[in-house]
Amino acid sequence: MDRAKLEFVRGTLDVLILKALVWGPLHGYAITSLIRRQSDEALLLEEGTLYPALWRLENKGLLEAEWGLSENNRRAKFYELTAEGRRQLRQETKTWHAYAEAVAKVLAATQPPLPEESA
Amino acid sequence: MKPLPMWRRFARILGPDPAADVQDELRFHLDAKTDDLIAHGWKPDAARREAERQFGDVRAVQQFGASLGEKMEQRKRLAEHWADSLWDVRYTLRQLGRDPSFATVAILILALAIGSNIAVFSVVNTLLLRPLPFPDSRELAWIAPPPSDCGLSCATYSSDAYEEFRDQSRAYQAVTGYFAFSTPDNLRFTGRGEPEPVTGIDVIGNFFQVLGVQPALGRLFTADEARGGPHPVALLANAYWRRQFQADPSVVGKAIDLNGTPVTIVGVLPANFDFGAVFSPGAKVDLFTPLDLNQSRAWGNIVTLIGRLKPGVTVAQALDDANRVAPGIYFNVKYPETLGRYKGDLIPVPLKDYVTGKLRRSLIVLWAAVGMILLIACVNLSNLLLARAVARGKEFAVRGALGASRGRIVRQLLIESLVLSGAGAALGLGLAQIVVFWLAHQGSLALPLLSTLQLDGQAVGWTVFIAVFAAVLFGLAPGFRMAMVNLLEALKDSGSRAGLGRKNDRIRSVLVVSEVGLACVLLVSAGLLLRSFSKVLDVDLGFQPDRAASIKIDYDDSAPTGEASQAKRGAIFEQVIARVSALPGVEAAGIADYLPLGPNREWDTPVPQGKVFAPGELPDPLVYVITPGFVRAMGIPVHGRDFTWADGPRSERVVLINASAAHQYWPAEDAVGKILMRDKEEDHVVGVVDDIHEENVEAGTGAQIYYPATQQGPSGAQLVVRTSLPPAALASSVLRTLRELNPNQPSAEFRPIRSIVDRAVSPRRFFMLLVAVFAGLGLLLAALGIYGVISYTVTRQTQEIGIRMALGASTSRVQRGVLFSTLRLTLGGILVGTLASVVSARLIASLLFATSPWDAITYTGMTLALVLVALISGYWPARRASRINPMVALRNN
Repeated sequence: MDRAKLEFVRGTLDVLILKALVWGPLHGYAITSLIRRQSDEALLLEEGTLYPALWRLENKGLLEAEWGLSENNRRAKFYELTAEGRRQLRQETKTWHAYAEAVAKVLAATQPPLPEESA
Repeated sequence: MKPLPMWRRFARILGPDPAADVQDELRFHLDAKTDDLIAHGWKPDAARREAERQFGDVRAVQQFGASLGEKMEQRKRLAEHWADSLWDVRYTLRQLGRDPSFATVAILILALAIGSNIAVFSVVNTLLLRPLPFPDSRELAWIAPPPSDCGLSCATYSSDAYEEFRDQSRAYQAVTGYFAFSTPDNLRFTGRGEPEPVTGIDVIGNFFQVLGVQPALGRLFTADEARGGPHPVALLANAYWRRQFQADPSVVGKAIDLNGTPVTIVGVLPANFDFGAVFSPGAKVDLFTPLDLNQSRAWGNIVTLIGRLKPGVTVAQALDDANRVAPGIYFNVKYPETLGRYKGDLIPVPLKDYVTGKLRRSLIVLWAAVGMILLIACVNLSNLLLARAVARGKEFAVRGALGASRGRIVRQLLIESLVLSGAGAALGLGLAQIVVFWLAHQGSLALPLLSTLQLDGQAVGWTVFIAVFAAVLFGLAPGFRMAMVNLLEALKDSGSRAGLGRKNDRIRSVLVVSEVGLACVLLVSAGLLLRSFSKVLDVDLGFQPDRAASIKIDYDDSAPTGEASQAKRGAIFEQVIARVSALPGVEAAGIADYLPLGPNREWDTPVPQGKVFAPGELPDPLVYVITPGFVRAMGIPVHGRDFTWADGPRSERVVLINASAAHQYWPAEDAVGKILMRDKEEDHVVGVVDDIHEENVEAGTGAQIYYPATQQGPSGAQLVVRTSLPPAALASSVLRTLRELNPNQPSAEFRPIRSIVDRAVSPRRFFMLLVAVFAGLGLLLAALGIYGVISYTVTRQTQEIGIRMALGASTSRVQRGVLFSTLRLTLGGILVGTLASVVSARLIASLLFATSPWDAITYTGMTLALVLVALISGYWPARRASRINPMVALRNN
């Protein structure tokens, strides 16, 4: 596992967690693997930071947790999006797109901006 | 996700454990990861290590999770608690709705008890607890001599004394004062239309600055005006400004006509400054004028002193300072022999103590009385709730059996109590608001600061406090009693006659006995105060207050001084009295400058001719300047003769003295015909009159002397008329007659003399009435308590009574049995109450007037009243018991 990790931009972990739960309740480990696979192994979560993020979201009422059984019958804590969580996800996704677009525009620039019109 | 099977849900059977949850969750993560790695070909040991390495700092994450989990758990518990309480409240409301008569009685009892507590708290807070309504009011000191029987003149200081004291004292930032001898309606305001009476007070120029009162409009007096500047000026009281000038701001700077002189209004005082409320309870003061100390220098003692202490100076230090300067103070600097006259007479006390100190004990008694009312109400409520608890025994047993904890049941009962007391407090607050509003508008009540009374935030805070206190007090006992119920027994037992009844009976009896005991204490206190009040009313005032009335009259006082003015005044007065006496219904009429039970003054120390007295042995009699007919109009008996119009400026000087003075001047001799010397002047005593109560109905009387208005100068004139008709019927004809003689006569109030007496005894009447009302309330509540217990006992014993009747007990015997148990409870309460009363009566002994704290009539009356009330409350249950049909009673159950 010596591949270069993409550093997480602050705040993106939360929105990725919310997104990961869009398809149904998952436990923490499943979330890490989902994000890893969905990003084609590009995004590697630092697992130690995942759980505090999950609990914070639960505390904020964006997630709801329940104990259940995993695929191999182990007791695991499953997280699920609340209505509030879904709303938050939509909002964050929009913000993220706008942000990414803006950054991309700047980075893709091939010439300096035109001088601002002055009076 | 698969749901957790039933058996695996018991992992947290002992309650939530957030820390263990976190551990489990992280362990699952590491296990899953390890499994994955093994599946990818790692060796188990290496896989585990790799999983842990990838995770990072497990312990730190665990700690964070545990603390966050704890916080969430707490929040959840709180939310649940609130949800439960809300549910309890709804349940309570439903329960109470099912039994509206119980709810009504309980809430009414609580409303009366809590309402009276709030009202009395407001009074006590305003009069006693809160500082006076001035900035840094604790620095203000009232400076006065010790009490004496020579009235206001001995309680005031001369202009010179004021100035010397002000300049020599080191304890004060500033010293001020006001003219103490103003009478109501002493000025005549002529605006549009008829002249109207107004009340003005002369204050020393810096009066408002020292008190810290800022004008609402305009300005205060300037130093120049304070020294009697060229233009007369006045400050208006806020209430007068609103009443007379419709709150017109443009009045400032204008001149108004006072007694025929244009006086410029320089400002309006703020609404929260009420001179009367602080310095002269019940009096209204309309405007303030600066006192010209130079002009009044020759008038003797005229000002009261008020000082503002320097920060950090105590009253004790101020007293030391006053004792230091007193020997160096002149009564009048022109006369060296008056040096040191005020030795020992300059005593500062906190202004607050002067204003309300006398009422402290009365107020504390009142507070204790309403406290007792609250206790009685709580006992009553406890009783009612216990009775209900028995009926609801099964309900709670079922809830207990279904898993409700004792704490949960106690909480439910406490919430019921809180709902009841909350409703009672809300209603009580409304009642208190009415009472407080009414009290604040009682002008005839001579209590200080009462007009500033209102329900404020502190009163509301107090309401919340006593509502919670009461709820806990009356809810806790039934609550615990209920929670202790043996579930099995309660469930087995049928309905309302459950097994805890008998134990409850004992508790309820104890409650009723204590309730009767408390009512007893209240009744004795009220009885003693009532007896004192009737003794006060029986006091021989020295005059007959009924069927007499007085009116302040205006007369032309413009003549030069001396003989001419005396002759002119005599002519005017004689005409007024002749005309008024001719009115139908008038039996007698006369004029005096001061009336009894009002302001008064003394002049000097007359000496009986030919006798030698040690200095200080002779009294300084109070002086009244009167016309012929006054003593008859007031109903003051005279031995010797009254003045006549023949006692004129040129004839022999004559005086009347009172019995006390006569006894002091000529003990064991008839004073009529004797001569009193005032310097070189001889005054012939032509009559001796009864002592009149000059200041106070309750205090004793001192020496008094009367001069004819035709020989001495009166300060103002009060016409007194004795009538055979109700005084009110004469008011208009007297005023019309006065107007005919003098168009400037203001439409002053025609005051029955009785109202002056009523006013003087109003504080005592006020406290007596309140305590009596509370005693009545206590009696009513006690009766309710007795009724409740006896009635309940009869219900519970229906079967037993039925058996007894079936076995031949007669109706009257059953009745007697019930009444007997009623009496037993009551007598127990009376016994306890009498013992407590003996202690409490000692505490109120100083409030009594000519009544012993062990007054037999009061105690007997209390006992009779309680026994009577108990028999009445026991009668209905007894009647019901005697009508029990044995067959029905036995068949039931």
